[in-house]
Amino acid sequence: MSQIDWNQYDPNAFYDELIAAPGRPRPAAEALCRYLASLGEQDIKGLKEAAEVAIQVMGITFTVYSDGDMIDRAWPFDIIPRVIPLNEWRTVEAGLKQRVQALNMFIDDLYNEQKIVKDGVFPAELLAKSVNFRPQCVGIHPPGGIWAHICGSDLVRDKDGTIYVLEDNLRIPSGVSYMLENRNVTKRVLPDLFQTSGILPVDDYADQLHEMLVSMSPRQAEEPNIVILTPGIYNSAYYEHSYLAQQMGVELVEGSDLIVGTDSCVYMRTIDGLVRVDVIYRRVDDMFIDPKAFNPDSVLGVPGLMEAWRAGNVALCNAPGAGVADDKVVYAYVPKIIKYYLDADPIIPNVPSYLCMHDDEREYVLANLDKLVVKPANESGGYGMLVGPHSTPEKRAEFAELIKNDPRNYMAQPTLSLSVAPTLTDEGLGPRHLDLRPFILSSANNTYVTTGGLTRVALVKGSLVVNSSQGGGSKDTWIVDTDAMGGN
Amino acid sequence: MLSRVAENLYWMARYIERTEDTARLIRVTRFLMLDFPGTTTLSWSSLINITGADELFNEHYDERNAQNVLTFLCADRRYGGSIMGSLAAARENLRTTRDVMPREVWEEINGIYLHGSKLLSGTIDVRKMDEFLHTVIRGCQALTGMLDGTLSESPARTFCAVGGYLERVDMTSRILDVRSANLLPRTADDLKPFEQLQWMSVLKSLTAYQMYRQQVRTRVRGKDAIRFILLDETFPRAIKRCLKRLNGKLATLPRSQDACTAVSTVQALLTRENPEELYGAPDQLHQFLDELQLGVINVHETIRKTWFGGVDSPAPVVDMPTTQQAQDA
Repeated sequence: MSQIDWNQYDPNAFYDELIAAPGRPRPAAEALCRYLASLGEQDIKGLKEAAEVAIQVMGITFTVYSDGDMIDRAWPFDIIPRVIPLNEWRTVEAGLKQRVQALNMFIDDLYNEQKIVKDGVFPAELLAKSVNFRPQCVGIHPPGGIWAHICGSDLVRDKDGTIYVLEDNLRIPSGVSYMLENRNVTKRVLPDLFQTSGILPVDDYADQLHEMLVSMSPRQAEEPNIVILTPGIYNSAYYEHSYLAQQMGVELVEGSDLIVGTDSCVYMRTIDGLVRVDVIYRRVDDMFIDPKAFNPDSVLGVPGLMEAWRAGNVALCNAPGAGVADDKVVYAYVPKIIKYYLDADPIIPNVPSYLCMHDDEREYVLANLDKLVVKPANESGGYGMLVGPHSTPEKRAEFAELIKNDPRNYMAQPTLSLSVAPTLTDEGLGPRHLDLRPFILSSANNTYVTTGGLTRVALVKGSLVVNSSQGGGSKDTWIVDTDAMGGN
Repeated sequence: MLSRVAENLYWMARYIERTEDTARLIRVTRFLMLDFPGTTTLSWSSLINITGADELFNEHYDERNAQNVLTFLCADRRYGGSIMGSLAAARENLRTTRDVMPREVWEEINGIYLHGSKLLSGTIDVRKMDEFLHTVIRGCQALTGMLDGTLSESPARTFCAVGGYLERVDMTSRILDVRSANLLPRTADDLKPFEQLQWMSVLKSLTAYQMYRQQVRTRVRGKDAIRFILLDETFPRAIKRCLKRLNGKLATLPRSQDACTAVSTVQALLTRENPEELYGAPDQLHQFLDELQLGVINVHETIRKTWFGGVDSPAPVVDMPTTQQAQDA
């Protein structure tokens, strides 16, 4: 690790989040870059170590299933933050609100009248083959028509600087605790910058989440009992579940802590006996929340939970079935969905997408597998994908078969030149690809978007894989108000 | 408070107490060894007896020498009562209850665990032993101090206290039991040359020596030591005081009748016994301590049945006052 010289830093023709050109930081990143350049080799080493110690002492971990005994690993973190100017963020924020609002209307419509299908905007055939459509949810009207109370949308930036939505996560999106912890670590490591750099705070998320959950309670007259339902300590996101429970001061429960009474209300087992539960922020997948309604072998869930929800005695956030809209094929329809329900154009564009169910688009995909990224409709965490330019002819032939056998299940997108940001790795300072996951909270009367979100970064040179389960890391995300910058 | 959480906190407190008591015991035994050249094997062996893990030890080790006994008691993860085993268990119990615990408590327990693992990586370096034991004891004291200083008066705090007192009674009675077996005269004129020194070690392993001195003011004698450890009303590790505190804590919990009765039964044992009689008859002392331990097990079972509730025994529905809810949440 040597001293940082921005003149020597070359983003290699990618769009760089911090540096416009060698030696020229973007305006919102100027203070940060100047500060980093003023540090000596030992200072940088010291900061890096301080961050590692803070993460270890604070016990910020994530769980990797395949890790055997070592169930939690220290959270991989880069001390150089990613910076987004406030004026740009305002647009993104508006775009996300618009998108989630339309998606909620879409889900509510699908489980009720299905007007969008009747009007021929969304193909009935797609709906019929959707894996995440839950017939158990048909006819249910959650308060305010909100199904996806918590949404995590992944954003990427292309080489011309355009921000795209890459996908929407409407089931049980993870990562918000790391967004908050990244900020805590950064405050410990770079305290001097927070005084003067116009960085917007992120720490009201827990309050906002709590407020949203309270507003969903079926017993509005009473102080509601809210719980977070976790699959337990072996779940990859357990750290987050406990962190959020702690921050909100609510109970963190497992399925066995809950019971549905003969009155179709949900109770938790406490030292005082059974206490009624009003709102469940569930972090257990649809298929496991209620063995009576879904997977009968599930031991993570609560028998009768769906009945209690259907009866309106408990709120489930996110609602079961909300995942119908985070299918990667549905994704391709989001611009049309926005147009249909809100009569507006999308503020944030989709990445251009080809649906293999359409003959002409499938032909194009099959002919261009070496240039495209192919994704199955319902996988997450980067599994089951084909990254064309980095693949072998055998792999492409295999995917061609998969696509032909089940065209509905595949979509393809051009390989984006994801933006980069300067990152301190073991090999020294270098540009690394990254994405951003903001979180959007929706209640019957309010929508809230986090200030920035979780920036994930591919620590391996040239890699596009940012998932922490596959060796990705993270950075603090700064939304910087350049007008409020002072003292420099 | 969730039954599962109450159970985890109770066990966390028990494991922290066990960690500390084990560390104290090892430390004082080591010092005693330095004064007893030649009789070491016997004493190292008694350490294994105290823990009641003879079978597990014999399964994995051939000889009861210092190296083996120390490795087993400090570092062996196969033994849940070893220092690192207990610490790991306390940490695991806390992992699922971090939402109700002050954050520093988790950071502290994590810190001791990581520090301890580092000091004990690989085989035990006897020269690092004191540093390790010192770190552990201080860490456990810091933890109990933190719980005392940062955790609101709440069921969480109560279950921590209950676990701590019960484990302390258990460990103290074990120490007295095994120590006494070697120390008490079998016949009237079977005088042990180092009797005083050995009783001092019993007191010291409970950190009771100074307090004993202040109370008793004569040379250390077996019967006075037994009385002090069993019946002193002011010393924090004396069994009588622990049981009194335990009873008081349990009484603050809902539906505590059965558990308090179970503790009272153990307390009654103490009023019945006369330390002079116990001192004169090792077998009687052993039998008495056996009864005491059975009492401890019974208290634990009652606590488990009352508050940790199995799936088959749902508790009755109650309406909790709003303030209580806010406190528990």
